[in-house]
This record gives sequence, C-alpha cells and structure tokens, in this order.
Amino acid sequence: MNARMLPLLGFVLILALLGFGIWWNQHNDPRAVPSPLIDKPAPAFALPKLYEPQATFGSADLAGEPYLLNVFGSWCVACRDEHPILMREGKRLGIKLVGFNYKDEPDDAKRWLAEYGDPYDIVVADYPGDIAIDFGVTGAPESFLVDANGVIRYKYISPITPRVIDEELLPRIAALKGTTR
Amino acid sequence: MLPELGQFALILALLLSLVQCVLPLVGAQTGNRALMAVARPAVAGQAVFVALAFALLTWAFVSQDFSVAYVAQHSNSLLPWYYRYSAVWGAHEGSLLLWILVLNIWTLAVAALSRNLPDDFMARVLGVLGFLSAGFLLFCVITSNPFARELPMPADGHDLNPLLQDFGLIVHPPMLYFGYVGFSVAFSFAIAALLGGSLDQRWVRWSRPWTNVAWGFLTLGIALGSWWAYYELGWGGWWFWDPVENASFMPWLIGTALIHSQAVTEKRGSFKAWTLLLAIFAFSLSLLGAFLVRSGILTSVHSFAADPERGTFILVFLAIVIGGTLLLYALRAPKVAGGEPFAGASRETALLVNNLMFACAAAMVLLGTLYPLLGEALDLGRISVGPPYFGFMFTLLMIPVVLLMPFGPFLRWRRGDLGATLRALRPALLLALAAAVPAAVFARGLPLKAIVGVAASLWIGLGILLYAFSRWRKAPAGRRYTPEMLGMILAHFGVALFVAGVLVVESTSVEKDLRFASGQSVAVGEYEFRFDGVEHAEGPNFSADQGTIVVSRAGTEVATLHPQKRVYTRTRQPQTEAAIAPGLFRDVYVALGEPVGSDGAWAVRIYVKPLVRWIWLGALFMMLGGFITAADRRFRVKAGMREPGTGIGEDTATRTDPGVPSRASPIPNPGSPA
Repeated sequence: MNARMLPLLGFVLILALLGFGIWWNQHNDPRAVPSPLIDKPAPAFALPKLYEPQATFGSADLAGEPYLLNVFGSWCVACRDEHPILMREGKRLGIKLVGFNYKDEPDDAKRWLAEYGDPYDIVVADYPGDIAIDFGVTGAPESFLVDANGVIRYKYISPITPRVIDEELLPRIAALKGTTR
Repeated sequence: MLPELGQFALILALLLSLVQCVLPLVGAQTGNRALMAVARPAVAGQAVFVALAFALLTWAFVSQDFSVAYVAQHSNSLLPWYYRYSAVWGAHEGSLLLWILVLNIWTLAVAALSRNLPDDFMARVLGVLGFLSAGFLLFCVITSNPFARELPMPADGHDLNPLLQDFGLIVHPPMLYFGYVGFSVAFSFAIAALLGGSLDQRWVRWSRPWTNVAWGFLTLGIALGSWWAYYELGWGGWWFWDPVENASFMPWLIGTALIHSQAVTEKRGSFKAWTLLLAIFAFSLSLLGAFLVRSGILTSVHSFAADPERGTFILVFLAIVIGGTLLLYALRAPKVAGGEPFAGASRETALLVNNLMFACAAAMVLLGTLYPLLGEALDLGRISVGPPYFGFMFTLLMIPVVLLMPFGPFLRWRRGDLGATLRALRPALLLALAAAVPAAVFARGLPLKAIVGVAASLWIGLGILLYAFSRWRKAPAGRRYTPEMLGMILAHFGVALFVAGVLVVESTSVEKDLRFASGQSVAVGEYEFRFDGVEHAEGPNFSADQGTIVVSRAGTEVATLHPQKRVYTRTRQPQTEAAIAPGLFRDVYVALGEPVGSDGAWAVRIYVKPLVRWIWLGALFMMLGGFITAADRRFRVKAGMREPGTGIGEDTATRTDPGVPSRASPIPNPGSPA
C-alpha cells in the first residue's frame, strides 16, 4: 500500500472516534453506565479519614442508613464542574454524602476543599486506589447510591447535574426510605 | 435594525467568500486570468463585511442592546465598559465571529503582501482561504447566529462569566486566534503547491514568514492563557493539561516542528513531503481544537455550551477540509525523497530529531486528550488521564530535544564535524556540570528537579550564547546576524529561560494553607506575612471580602497585598481574586479561602514561587524570535517572480553547493572555517 495514504487513514480513524463521541453524547444522555455491582452488596472498606488520617471510617460505620458515595480528586477537572452542584444542592438529597478522595495527595485534597467548600459529611481518602478497584471505579467523578443494607442501588459516572439529582437520585432515595421505614 | 444589518453583512460576506473560493480556483486550473483576478477584490469585500458585522456586534455590547440574545446572555448593565468589548468573544457565537475576522485579516495581509508571487499560485492560496472562510461563515449563519433577537427583550442581561472579567480575557483569545488561524496560511500555501504541482522549495520559502508570525502569536496566546490561569484561577498553577489547553498546545507543537522542517526544506530540499504534511497537520489541529472546544464532547473548564448540531457541523467541515487535503496529499505528494543526502552528524539530523520529538509529543497529547472518548468507544468507561501522564510523557520526549538543542546551530548542513561542535560547546557543558554537581552533592536541601532545571537551562542558554559569540568573532561586521539567525538565537534563549522557570517553580515552590487570625504573623520561606483582617469592598458589579496582608522580608516591608473573595451581583457566582507581588526571581501569591470560625479568622493560601515569571518571559523571547525571523529580507519576494520562468531560475540559484558559504544561505557553516 502507498505510504502516502497513511495520514489519511489515521485521520479517518480519528474522525470515526469523534463522530462516535457526538453520537454517544446524544444517545447516552443519562451517563449512567451499568455496573456489575448494581444490586450487589458494596465492598466492605475501612479507609483513613482525610482530616484525621490516623482514624479510619468505613462501611461498618455506615450500616443502617443510605448514603451517596462521591468519588472525587483535586486533580480531576470534571470534579470542579460537579462541585458547585454538590455544594448548592447536596443537602437536598437528605442522606449522608460520603466524599471518596481518589488517588489524591491529602494536602491537595484539603486545599481543594478549603478553596471550593466541603459539601461532604465525611471524607475518606483512598490514596492507593485499592478500594476504588473493589467498587469498580473507572475515573472521577463517580457516585454510588448505597442503601441501608449496604447494597449498591445506583451508579452514576461523570459530574452530577441538578437534573440527575431530580430525575435519578431523589426518586431512588425516596423509594429507599419507603422500604426501610 | 442594526443587529439585522450585522446578520445581513455576514450573509454577504458568506457569498463573497464563495466567490473568492470558486472563481480563482477554477481560473487557476483553466489558466483563465480574469477569473484569477477576482480573488483580491473578493478578499477585500469579504473583509469589509466581516469587519462591519464584528463592529455591529461590538456596538450591541457597548450600547447594552439586550434584545440581542447573545448580548443578554453574556453581558449586564453593570458590566464595566472595557469588559463590554472583550465580552464580544466571551462565548461561542462571538468568538466564532472573532475567528472569522482574524482569518479575514490574515487573508487580507496575504493578498496585499504577496503581490509578486505567480498569479495562479496566489489564486489557489486565496481560493483555499476563501473555502475556509466560507465554511466558518456558513457555520456562523446556520448554527450560531450572534445577532439572533430575544423577544420580549429582557430587562437586564445575565452577565459575563466572572472568570472572564479580567484583563487576560481581553488579550488572550485574539492573540491565540491570530496564532491558530495564522497556520491557515501555511496550510493554503501547501495546498496551492499540491494543486499546482510545483512542489519545489519555493512555496516553502514564501510561506515561512507567515508560519513564523503565526507561531509567534500562538506562543504569545498560550503564554497569556497560562498567565491568566495562574492569577485568575487562584491555584497558583500555570498549566493544567486541560483538553482545551491541549487543543492550543497541539498546533503549537506541530507548528514548532513545522518552522524547523520548513527551514530544512527551503535550504536543502530535504523533508519535502514531511513539510507538506506538517503544514497540513498544524492547521488541522487548529480546526480539531475548534471542534473539541465547541462540540462539548470533552469535559473542560473552558468549553462552550455543548450543542450536538454544532459538533456535527464542524465534524463534517473537518472531514471535508482535512480529509480532502490528506487525499490530495496522498495523490500528489512527491514520491521520491528529494534533497541532498546528509550524514549522521549534520544539522539535518538534529532537525530531524527535533521534528520527530515534537510530532510524537503532539501525538501523545492528542492520545491523552481523546482518551476518554477512546475509553467509551472500547467500552472501558469514561477514563481521563491526568497531568501525571502528560507531565511524565512530555518530559520524556523533551529530554532529547534539550540535550541536542545546542548542537543544532553549530552543526553544518549535510556533514557536520561532531568533534569541533563538542569543542565549541565545551564551556557550556562544563559550566552546567559545575553548577549541577556541587549543588547535588553539597546542598542536600535542593530538589534534584531544580538542579536539573538549572543545568539544562545553562546548557541551552550558554550553548546559544556561545553560538552568538562565535558568529561575532568569525563573520564579517554587518553580516553577523541575519534576522533569521537572530530570531533563532532569541527563541532558543527563550527555551533556556522557560526550562529553568518550569523545573525550578515545580520543585521549589513553597505552599502553605493556614488559618489566619487578624493580627497574626506567619513565616513562609524567607518571608513574613501579617494578616490585617478582612474588610468589605464594593466593585462595579460585585461585592467582595478584601483581605490585607503585609509581606516583609528580613524586617523590611516588601508588599501589601489585597486578595479578594468576590461575589458577582447578578449571577451570585463567587470568584477568588488572588493578590500577587510579582518579581523577576520570585512571586509572592496570596489567596483568600473561606472564613473559619467566628473570630474573624480566614483560611488563607500562600505561595512563594521562585522564577515563575521565567516561564512567560521565555515564551516572550520565543515569540520575538518568531517575529524577527519573519522579517528576514531573504523572504521578501522580489518583483519579477510573477513570471513563472524567472521564479524557477531564482530558486535553483539559491541551491548552492553546501560546502561554500554563500550570501543566499543565511546560516553559513560557522563551526569551522570553510
């Protein structure tokens, strides 16, 4: 084959990828990718608290109440988009908001939270990213809705928007509260 | 009435751009001089209407015409007058119009300053530029009309994004666009050469000044953006590897490769096909950047609002322009490697390494930027790779560039003398080592990164100064430095400053987050900070908490800083305004966080950043280098070139024997006496 065709071929591949990107953004609007862990028990974990690294906090402390686990990192640009939404509307969820600081230097994370505000009830730090693997975290931001029995009920990849809160999270949380009561 | 006039002007400009595209191209293919002659008047006419549209949109902002939807969304009655001008390009529609205006300015400049080039060549160049302009005007008119009305007219506008209410936004986008869009000139010269089949070195010589100027603007634009991010985002960082930053960085990397490969092709005839390809890639990546920013397919702090219709339009445009050009390249590019053969140790080899490394770096950045999409396509989920990937890979790829850079100017074309070059560079090598080795052995507190940075900077900086000095000694007065050579010296010196700035600031910055009570004093590094509390301050369209922090060093006051935490009146959006005491050797940077407790204490972030200014100073030197190179008299096309016969004769005359230094070859072989 003519080597002069190679740039064109490479470009066609990139073009296909970009076209796919547009198509995907249009058709996968609720950017929730199904996770094999949905409706399975959340992995047990005990992680150092961000602000008190000597103390741990984990699934045992959360048993008996639903919570939203929000994976974030100061290195994550998309988390910066998500953050004001959590600050403004996180309280509306009415459940515990657990910050899961993923592969982040603790000092960077603390600075980030000091700068933009801390919407979380508790922040745990997973610097090595081991627990994140158990949860099947693919990147940040991601959010897991876990019920009072420790079962993952919903997973959302990419920044949470007010629409996600209203249409995806709140109905599910209402249903959870209905069943536990 | 006036906004409708603006829209009408855009449509007229679109029609003229179609005329500018079709008639001259047909004329050039059929040899019809009348059709070719249409190009220049069409260029002028289009530019007039685009400028009119731009002026009318600006007027809508200045006169606060909130019946125009775009103005209502991105302005506000409280917006200070100077931001009303820059708000024009504060979002998608207006920035697209700015892009079109800049393209018209470049086209006008090419049409006016290239009168001595052959008619058919110029007809093709202007035709291709007309095609690009037509595509963007069509995009603007169909999907992104900046003049659309919002009725009933809102009582007040929504306001410009507070991040953008800043001096940086006034200057950063226009400079960046002058760079981005400027690569369209090299691009259209390359296509004109491919279409006309005249693939000798002439098109390269004609396009070199344009490429260098565009590269200079792009360098300036990126540096301004980095500087803006540094003081405006309140993070003290200067580069984030954000998708949109990457979108401007990829054309820069390819542009850097291009200005070097153009030099080889023009002077030696080598790398012909490669130079064509780089000219195509540089502008293609500019277009790709426009797509990434405006389609919303990647998450970024900079992106404009996502709109699939716009994304689809640009994608189709990309497919036609880049796909068509690469097809033309596949069919018409020279099949045989031209130029004279060269030895392993030669300037050609050095520039080849430069080209490979910069092209690889651009590919690496492209891969990292598209990685989230790739992850989705391969069903791995949306994964983004962050600064660790980019930082590591980029450093790795730039190591050979830094090591080999001082050799380039000393090595001769075709066959260089490695021993003589090494001897010439020995003082730089010894000084760099003399600085690094004792520092590494004795000063244990110094991070290795800083030491490497200073050593690399000395190596590059002294290397280029030695070259300047050897020219001073060996070349006769008046012929020592051609503008082209002077530009190269300045740009390479800029790299030395940049390298030192980056590595020193990345490794030795002091950062401190603290709870600062009023009246308290804290020492950070060698500076003493005293917090004099926070007061309320009012701006034209915001209110703020303004802190006062007195900085002193060894008992003497250095600066009084006033960092602010603003809340914009209309949008209620908070915004941190850092306060900086700049200095050539260090910046002191203070940002307000949140109030802590009830006793008037605040969370305050303090940075001491050594040599951070050198990053942008280095970029300014590079920019200057690009501009000065472009001014070289050699690039000025003499009258008489329009007749095809003399054009070719002129060209063969400059391809002199490499052993003999000649006036036509501007960097004669200085390494050893010829």
